[in-house]
Amino acid sequence: MEMLLSTLVSALLMGMLFALVALGLAIIFGVMNIVNFAHGEFLMVGMYTAFLTATIFSIEPLLTLPIAAMVGFLLGIASYYMLVRYLLKGPMIAQLLGTFGLMIFLRYLAMCIFGPDYKTLEHGLLIGKSIMWGPVVLSYPRLGTAVLSMLGFGIIYWMMDYTRLGKALKATALDVEAAGYMGIDTEKMRGLAWGLGGATVGIAGALLINFYYVFPTIGILFCMIAFATVALGGFGSIKGAFIAGLIMGMIIDLGGTYLGPQYKFALIYLTFFLVVVIRPKGLFGW
Amino acid sequence: MLKVEKIEVRYSGVPVIHDVSFHVNGGELVSIVGANGSGKTTLLKTVAGTLHPAKGSIEFEDEDISTSSTVNIVRKGITYVPEERRIFGPLSVEENLKLGAYIVDDREEIEKNLDYVYSLFPILKARQKQLGETLSGGEQQMLATGRGLMSSPKLLMLDEPSLGLMPKLVDEMLEAVATLKEEGKTILLVEQKVREALEMADRGYVLQTGRTIYKGTGEELLETDIVKKAFLGL
Ligand SMILES: Nc1ncnc2c1ncn2[C@@H]1O[C@H](COP(=O)(O)OP(=O)(O)OP(=O)(O)O)[C@@H](O)[C@H]1O
Ligand SMILES: [Mg+2]
Repeated sequence: MEMLLSTLVSALLMGMLFALVALGLAIIFGVMNIVNFAHGEFLMVGMYTAFLTATIFSIEPLLTLPIAAMVGFLLGIASYYMLVRYLLKGPMIAQLLGTFGLMIFLRYLAMCIFGPDYKTLEHGLLIGKSIMWGPVVLSYPRLGTAVLSMLGFGIIYWMMDYTRLGKALKATALDVEAAGYMGIDTEKMRGLAWGLGGATVGIAGALLINFYYVFPTIGILFCMIAFATVALGGFGSIKGAFIAGLIMGMIIDLGGTYLGPQYKFALIYLTFFLVVVIRPKGLFGW
Repeated sequence: MLKVEKIEVRYSGVPVIHDVSFHVNGGELVSIVGANGSGKTTLLKTVAGTLHPAKGSIEFEDEDISTSSTVNIVRKGITYVPEERRIFGPLSVEENLKLGAYIVDDREEIEKNLDYVYSLFPILKARQKQLGETLSGGEQQMLATGRGLMSSPKLLMLDEPSLGLMPKLVDEMLEAVATLKEEGKTILLVEQKVREALEMADRGYVLQTGRTIYKGTGEELLETDIVKKAFLGL
């Protein structure tokens, strides 16, 4: 019972990170109906950014968040203006293969630069610490990650609903042509969506490095989870990404604990499959 | 105000508008009529900057806009209310209208325009919190038109505002257009309701397979054989 409670809490905290990873994917998909296959690699870039900044300058890992966000933002913008913009002119298959190519490129670029080793941060405000809350073990990195993920979500949610920029992004997402007739610079909005997607997943990477090791092919793991999360939440839905993230956290952690870790991934694929069959538009899809 | 000179417009290399010229003076209501597929929508989209002419020029207030982007054209004061209405379905009536005022920074102006649109189409006020997609066809058309007015445009382009409406609503819609004209708005109207459109208009153009075949005042055009035969069934 106590173990269940601990696992449950830990799963929910982890779910918030999954949600933050999925958020960027949802924003990009929502605004332009493109699946970013390189999303996991964006996360990897965020992790390496945080790892390197923290080790080279020996600073507190949490302080690398803004830097990882910035790098993610620029990576997103660059991907849009240097690649995706041109892919849009091609057929559907070009769009699929295009970001797939970006994924391979980033992954092996990381392999060239960092080698295949697993790297992990050893020192930090949160790292390796935990507290007991009644019978429940709360790991600091997970707790901190969850709080900051929620904050990130809150900011994006607020931005989408209450700012002019958010309205413009939404309009572009709903109907590019009509958004253009409103005088919205839809090209800029699309670039911005990639920037925001990159920034949020960059932050997720900088949080994740507090309790997870980084290696060049880590992207695939989280990318699969993010795809399943976004499919479950409804492509393009921010609220959906959040709730689905929590559900994915539970499926993965509870399944991993009670069925055995080897079933984690089977469970992700199974969830993905079931969502596609039973409710293709997801929980909150348009 | 708007001067279109000998433009040719193509879709993937194939010209569908050939050598068309027309103009709209400030305060005028100009109607363009023509059969399905004659190129009316293409013409408006070219002025709106979604398409660009391969030949010829488009001037607005003595400035060449033939290569301008839609964003810049909206900023210069031309709005286009598209044929398919294209309202933002999952957003409320009020959110739709406010998006129409996206380029307006002045809050007071936005409020003023909002009141104006609500006075023109009172039903929209009653539905302000309702989602766009739950509106009836007629209400959606009113919303699209109202949205086009929210940025205080100098020129309003309406693409078949009566399309798909039942007769009573057609009259209501066209009356609203007439009201706008009386209030001094400059309007470029594309309509299938040829008689009504030409009766209301100061001037008009008849388009056939991408060419202007007649131009003149509304009354003059209503007297031409082609209009009588092809559009009025006389
Ligand atoms: N996206 C497109 N690609 C290729 N051809 C097009 C495209 N859109 C329109 N056309 C063609 O251009 C011509 C003019 O079409 P347009 O939509 O401008 O006519 P319209 O006068 O607005 O017709 P309607 O009364 O049906 O709205 C038609 O022959 C049409 O088939
Ligand atoms: Mg048309």
